[in-house]
Amino acid sequence: MSAADVSALQRPNDRLRRRRVVNRGMELLAWLAGALGVAILGVVVWSVAKRGASELNLDLLTKAPVPFAIGNVKQGLANAFVGSLVLVGLATAMALPFGILVAIYVNEFAPRAVRNGVGLVLDVLNGVPGIVVGIFVFGLVVVSHGQSAYAGAIALAVLMLPLVARATIEVLALVPNTLREASLALGVPRWRTTLGIVLPQTVGGIVTGTMLAVARVAGETAPLLFTCSLAGTSIDSNPGHALQTIPVAIFELSESADPADHARAWAAALVLLLFILFSSLTARWLAARSRRKLGRAT
Amino acid sequence: MRVETKRQPLPPRERLQQVFDIQDLTAIYGSKPALKDVSMGVYRNLVTAVIGPSGCGKSTFIRCLNRMNDLVPGFRQTGTIRYHGQDIAAKDVDPVAVRRTIGMVFQRPNPFPKSIFDNVAWGLRVLGMKDNLPERVERALTQAALWDEVKDRLKASALSLSGGQQQRLCIARAIAVEPDVVLMDEPASALDPIATQAIELLLHELKSEYSFVIVTHNMQQAARVADMTAFFSISRGEEGDRWGELIEYDSTEKIFTAPSDKRTEDYVTGRFG
Amino acid sequence: MSTLDATGEAARRPFPGRRVRTGDVLLQGVAGLAALGAVVLLGLIAYKIVDGARLSLSTFGLGFLTHVGWDPVHSRFGAGGFLFGTAVTSIGALLLATPLALGIALFLTELAPRWIRGPVTALVETLAAIPSVVIGLWGILVLGPVLHDHVMPALHSTLGFIPLFGPSTTGSTIFTAILVLTIMILPIVSSISRELFVGVPPELKEAALGLGTTRWEMVRGVVLPYTRGGVAAAMILGLGRAVGEAIAVAQVSGAFNNGISWNLFSSGNTLAAQIALEYQSAETNLDVSSLFYLGLILLVFSLVVNLLARVVVRRGARRQGVLAR
Repeated sequence: MSAADVSALQRPNDRLRRRRVVNRGMELLAWLAGALGVAILGVVVWSVAKRGASELNLDLLTKAPVPFAIGNVKQGLANAFVGSLVLVGLATAMALPFGILVAIYVNEFAPRAVRNGVGLVLDVLNGVPGIVVGIFVFGLVVVSHGQSAYAGAIALAVLMLPLVARATIEVLALVPNTLREASLALGVPRWRTTLGIVLPQTVGGIVTGTMLAVARVAGETAPLLFTCSLAGTSIDSNPGHALQTIPVAIFELSESADPADHARAWAAALVLLLFILFSSLTARWLAARSRRKLGRAT
Repeated sequence: MRVETKRQPLPPRERLQQVFDIQDLTAIYGSKPALKDVSMGVYRNLVTAVIGPSGCGKSTFIRCLNRMNDLVPGFRQTGTIRYHGQDIAAKDVDPVAVRRTIGMVFQRPNPFPKSIFDNVAWGLRVLGMKDNLPERVERALTQAALWDEVKDRLKASALSLSGGQQQRLCIARAIAVEPDVVLMDEPASALDPIATQAIELLLHELKSEYSFVIVTHNMQQAARVADMTAFFSISRGEEGDRWGELIEYDSTEKIFTAPSDKRTEDYVTGRFG
Repeated sequence: MSTLDATGEAARRPFPGRRVRTGDVLLQGVAGLAALGAVVLLGLIAYKIVDGARLSLSTFGLGFLTHVGWDPVHSRFGAGGFLFGTAVTSIGALLLATPLALGIALFLTELAPRWIRGPVTALVETLAAIPSVVIGLWGILVLGPVLHDHVMPALHSTLGFIPLFGPSTTGSTIFTAILVLTIMILPIVSSISRELFVGVPPELKEAALGLGTTRWEMVRGVVLPYTRGGVAAAMILGLGRAVGEAIAVAQVSGAFNNGISWNLFSSGNTLAAQIALEYQSAETNLDVSSLFYLGLILLVFSLVVNLLARVVVRRGARRQGVLAR
């Protein structure tokens, strides 16, 4: 090695220069990709916010829609908000205990092979498209009993189940074994250890998992079209009836030719988006916080 | 398990050519200095060992020499490192070019998840040394004393090799691209004695072609392989902060038999650390 | 040892024989039943979909898959056009989303300043939380008109010699559906890829950089080969999502039922969107049964996608297991 090589550090040969250009180019593309990813979110959220904000008023939340409205009638989507609350509430009530029990079995009792098997089933369930879940519940319930909030909630619960179960399995797995052993060594039976010691440790994780699942299904349209979409316009909370929901309302209004309908669709989309962004960001924040806490504890 | 090698007497200082001239090197992670005010020279075709207790900044030091620390977030350094007279830490110097000239072998063997052949050939291809690729690979593997063990299974995954073989493969990978200096960060710390011996022999074989800087926590190893030895230690400030410092730098013989600093003596005689 | 109570029996024999505890049996039983319920649920979904499709299956057989057209008046149904539309939209979306997602993942793992990484990761993943009906609303009312007025004419006039870029008559086209699906699968592919890239051992990256390679050469030589299997699985999952997406596509694709066109700037339809669009108009048993048939195709596809992604991941993991040795 000699002086020639030293100068190479400063005056690179053509090859190094070319490699450097390629590298710069690729880095630039990656930067652009990152910017584009954020920009897409920004554009979508901004579009919804800009168009929805003007129509966002108390009438939207408190007044029912008026069919065949002529002129400037005050109307809203109160029926859809009530319906969404009822459906998501019912779905959570079904999926939450079910999912937690599945997770308890998988993590605390199941032999390895069974655990993998149920895990696979949960993954597959999670991958079943919402529209297929919709026609499944249509075939299961609607054909014989007609559309209802119950039917819609069942469809949403099918979508929630793998989400809740997966989230719970993940937090259960984080509970240190020493804790279980400590309890068992005191002579506490298995079921009390599980319900009294292990499960309380995971409440935070289950809450965040459920919040994410709620945020996900609150915006689901596809499973509801065949199960809970032929609804009236009055404000109703009887789960035996088909109730209007926000996503289905947005879907129908977006297909309409009337700009006034579009405006209400934007406003409803804004409310839905705010709810979803709020709950998923809160869930994320909670999850990050509890992970930090766990990290400090161990 | 001792490697018996005849130690050639060091040529007089004025006949030695300086590869690195390091002045007042201070390295800082975030706000904590890891190393303060190191000044020393590294000479051509010698093996220079860096020894010292853990936490004395010897790894930080060696990683400054080919700007590996650039990759560590929050890292800063001051002072100068001249390589054949040129400041490698200067803004206009490309760290890629620096690392291409000043290679590195890491503490834990880190072969790529590729075949044995491709582990050595990949760097050559990327760096445009594509002529006589098989010959270059064979030469590097031979120099790293691995050729005979792997010549029949060059297509096999590098991960099927033992730890010692993997580390020699990493050395072959580093020397295949014909660097000027090879930095070794505790290359034998995770290896069994046989692999360690192979690596030490290899240093003796190869130092006529390359210059080596080797960090080791093993004093016997430094005594066996190194021509020059630098002893780093930990200094403590008034507020409980601590940093690494170069205590003494001299011929290996001097460091191990007649150190001039009390702290060096304590360390090499095993009274400390 | 909780049985070491004050009874005389226990006093004589500190360790009585194994006792079956009601609580244990109950909890294990109930939880086990729930797990069994999840398995049964999946079976029930499959059964109900097949059951619903039976009439259409026996009427049209496998010819359903190739017949193009959906004609309720003459009760002649086929999935051919929708299969075509599904393939074009989902593969198109995957082709656009994959490089973009890999770019985002590389940006987040290799390039971005530390303080940016967390927020940008969260933002990109937030994209996944936006409901499809909202993206569809945006697609039909904002994106579609922009594409129709500006983008599609420009592409047609410059690249019109390629049949894909034909003349456009509306904003609700296959192309619009591709872009909307791209947005929807982008966060899945990018977040899985990001996790994979984070998992590449730093020693390997250092080894490459220590040889004097540039960052891009390191990515190409180490990061991408190391994560190949996982990235493939991420793409498969993204494809599955795109294929199963009903609502947004139903809103923006133009709901064209009776033909096949290679012109991306014309209307089209997909399997999932067709089911969604027919929710009010299906009248006869054969209509409904044919929708179930479409659903059956989707269900089979989603099963295949999941299993395939698993196999790919496992094979990758095995290869890396050898590595770790």
